Amino acid sequence: MDGWMIRLTFKSSYVTVMAAQSGWWFPAAAAGVSLLKCLLISAYHSTDFEVHRNWLAVTHSLPVSRWYYENTSEWTLDYPPLFAWFEFGLSHVAQHFDRNMLLVENLNYVSPSTVLFQRLSVIFTDVLFILAVRECCRCVQEQKGSRDVLNRPSFVLAVLLLWNFGLLIVDHIHFQYNGFLFGFLLLSVAKHLQSEHLQGALLFSILLNLKHIYLYVAPAYGVYLLRSYCFTQDNKDGSVRWMSFSPLRLLALSGIVTSISALSFGPFIAMGQLPQVLSRLFPFKRGLCHAYWAPNFWALYNVLDKILTVLGEAPLQCLM
Amino acid sequence: HADVEPRVTLRVARRRCEMGRFVKFIFRYFNSTDNDLNYWGLDYPPLTAYHSLICAYVAKIINPEWVELHKSRGYESPAHKLFMRATVLVADLLIYMPAVVLYCFYLTDESSKKKVSTLFCFLLYPGLILIDYGHFQYNAVSLGFALWAILALGLGWDAFGSVAFCLALNYKQMELYHALPFFCYLLGKCVKLGLMGRGLLLLVRIASTVLVTFALCWLPFLSDPSHASQVVRRIFPVARGLFEDKVANTWCSLNILIKIRSILSTESQIYLSLASTLLAALPSSIRLLTKPTFWQFKLALANSSLAFFLFSYQVHEKSVLLAALPVCLLLNDLPLVAIWFLQASTFSMLPLFLKDGLLAPYVVTSVGFLLFSIYLLSALEHCSEEELRLGAYHKLLFFLPRLDLACVIRWKFYFSIAAMAGLSIASVALVPPPHLPDLFPVLVSTTAFLHFLGTFVYFNIVQFSEPPSRKSQKKIN
Repeated sequence: MDGWMIRLTFKSSYVTVMAAQSGWWFPAAAAGVSLLKCLLISAYHSTDFEVHRNWLAVTHSLPVSRWYYENTSEWTLDYPPLFAWFEFGLSHVAQHFDRNMLLVENLNYVSPSTVLFQRLSVIFTDVLFILAVRECCRCVQEQKGSRDVLNRPSFVLAVLLLWNFGLLIVDHIHFQYNGFLFGFLLLSVAKHLQSEHLQGALLFSILLNLKHIYLYVAPAYGVYLLRSYCFTQDNKDGSVRWMSFSPLRLLALSGIVTSISALSFGPFIAMGQLPQVLSRLFPFKRGLCHAYWAPNFWALYNVLDKILTVLGEAPLQCLM
Repeated sequence: HADVEPRVTLRVARRRCEMGRFVKFIFRYFNSTDNDLNYWGLDYPPLTAYHSLICAYVAKIINPEWVELHKSRGYESPAHKLFMRATVLVADLLIYMPAVVLYCFYLTDESSKKKVSTLFCFLLYPGLILIDYGHFQYNAVSLGFALWAILALGLGWDAFGSVAFCLALNYKQMELYHALPFFCYLLGKCVKLGLMGRGLLLLVRIASTVLVTFALCWLPFLSDPSHASQVVRRIFPVARGLFEDKVANTWCSLNILIKIRSILSTESQIYLSLASTLLAALPSSIRLLTKPTFWQFKLALANSSLAFFLFSYQVHEKSVLLAALPVCLLLNDLPLVAIWFLQASTFSMLPLFLKDGLLAPYVVTSVGFLLFSIYLLSALEHCSEEELRLGAYHKLLFFLPRLDLACVIRWKFYFSIAAMAGLSIASVALVPPPHLPDLFPVLVSTTAFLHFLGTFVYFNIVQFSEPPSRKSQKKIN
C-alpha cells in the first residue's frame, strides 16, 4: 500500500476516536471510512471486478431469457435473480460512465471510467450497510452512568462493523458487494431485535434472493422465527408452550418468503429455465474445494488425501 | 495497477540515478583524486546526498541492479517503486512525525484531548502528504529538522536547536526561508541576556555550533575550494529567471497585468526581488529581534516564509510547504485562519497534482482535512474578534462603518472554500478556450496568491498587535 494510504488510515481511525466526544461520532466514523474507501479506488482489483463488469454487460445487453444461458465469458451469472436485477439497475447508471463496458464481447475491459464506476457503486451501496449499522447500534443496551463515548458498547460495535478491515479489503480492493448484502442482514437482525419479525423475515428473504450463500444462516433464522414468532407464548420456566402455535403467523411468514421467491424466480419458472438457474446457483460440478481452499474440514481432507497419495506411490517408486 | 504517471517516473528515475551516481562519486572520491562533479546532477546541499547514499546502500543490498550507474536509468519495477516510497515513509516516521508529536504535547497548553486533535490535524495537512508521497520528495526530512529546531528553541535548548536548523539548511537550501527568524530570535535572546555577559557566551556557543555543523556536513568538499563553489552554483541557479511555470506569488500574478520578464533585465529582476523580499520580511524580523518570545517567533516564521514565497526569485509552487509548516504550528492558536491557509496552500498546488494524476487523493485529503480539522478544532466557534486578534483591523479600517468582523470572516471563509472547490472542479471538468490554454492554472495561482497575500497581511498585523492575556501565551521564553 502506498505510504499516504497508511498514514491516512491511522489518522482517520484516531480522528474517529476523538470525534467520539460529542455525539457526532457515528457520522465521523462513517465519513472517515468512506474517505478511505475513495482512496482505494485505484488499488489492485481481482478477477471479481471482471465478473461484475460481465454481469452488467449481460443484464444490460441481453434479454432476460438469455441471462442464465450466456457463457461468452467464463464468469457466468451464478447469483440469484434479484442480484441480476440489481446489476441491471446499475447498468443504467453505468452507461453514463462508459458505454463500452456494457458490451458482452469486451472481456477484461478496464477503462478508468469503468473502474471509477464500479468502485463508486460499491462505496455508494455501502450506505445501506452504514444505515444498518446505525440501526443495530440503536438496539444495543446502553449502560447507565458511562459518560465516555469510547466506553459505550454502541461505539465499539459501530467501529468494529464500519471499520471491519476484512470487509474493506474484500469489498474495496478485491472487489465484491458484500457490504451492501451485509447491510440487509444487519437490518434484518435489527428488525428482529426490535420485535418486527415480519419485516425482518422480508429483509432476509430478499437477502437470500440476492446471494444464496446466506443459506448458511437460514436454518438459524428458520428455527428462531418458528420458536419465537410462531409460538406466541412461553411457559413460566421459559420452555415452549406447544399449544400456543399460531398457524396464522406461520402462514404470514411463508407468504412473505414465497412471494419474494416468486418475484425473483417467477419469470424463470415461467420460461421453464428453473433447472438451468439452479445448476448455475449450485455448481456441484466445480468440486469440493475452491481454487483457494477455505480453512474448513475439506481442506484437511485434501491434505490427508495428498499425503496418502504420496505414501501410496512411494512403494511403487521403490520397485522401479 | 499499471498506471505510471510520467512525472513520478521522472522523479523516481532521477532520484535513483542520483543515488547511483552519488554512490559511484563517493567511492571515486575516497579512492582516487579524479573527481567529476559535472555528472552529479544534484542541486541540493550535501545532506540530501548523504541521505541518498544511505538509501543507495540499502538498495544495493536488496538488488544491485537498482543503483547501476548508467544502466539503471529509467528502470522501474514494482519492487523498486515500493522501496523508494518506503524510504520516504521511513524518513517521515524517524524525523518529521516524532517532532510533530513532541511539539503538540510539550509546546501547546490545552487539554490532552485537544492536543491529540491538534496533532492529527497537523499530520493530516494534505499538501505535505501529496507532495512527499504522491509527487515524490523528501520534504519531511528538512521540515522535520526545522521542526526539531523550533521545538528545541521553544524548550530553551538553543545549541541543539541551532544544530537541527543547520541540518535542515544543509538538507534543502530552501530552508533559508526560515533562516531570518531563527537568526533574529537567537540574536534577540542574546541581546536580552546582555551582550556583555551571558548573552555573549550564548552568542559564541551558537556561532561555534553552527560553524562546526556546517564544517561536518561539507567535509568531503572542503578539500578543494573549486568543488565547494561548484556545489554552491548548483544549489543557487540564478540563471533561470524570475519565475517558472505558474506560481502563486507576486511576480507571476503581476505578470498577468505587466510583462515584467520582458521589461526588466535579468540583473534588475534579481535586485527587484531581493529588495522586495527584504522589505517584506524585515518588519516582522525586526519586531522579533526586539521581542524574542516564542509566540513572536512562530509568527515571524510564518511571515518570513510567506514574504520569501511571495517575492523571491525562481520560486516553486512546492515552496509553499515552507510557509505551511509555521502555520501548522498556529493551528491551535488561530484555528480558522490556519486551516484556511493550509487548504489554500494545497489548492495552490492543484495544477501540479493534476499533472501527476493525484486528483482523487487531492480531493479525499482536502475534504478529510477540512471536515475533521474544522470539527475537531472547533474553528468556526472560535472565531470571535478577540480570538482572531481582529482588533487592529478596526483601527486600520476606521474609515469604514463598524462591521461584525467575525461574521465577515466566516462568510469570507465559506465563499473562499466554495471558490476553491469550484475552480478545482472547473480545472478538471472544463476545457479552456484555445486562445487561453493556461486559463485554469492562472486562475488557480491568482486565487491562491490573493489568499496568501491576505494571510501575510493578517499575520503581520497579529504579530504587531499586543497579545491579549490568553492562557495559550507560552510559559517558555
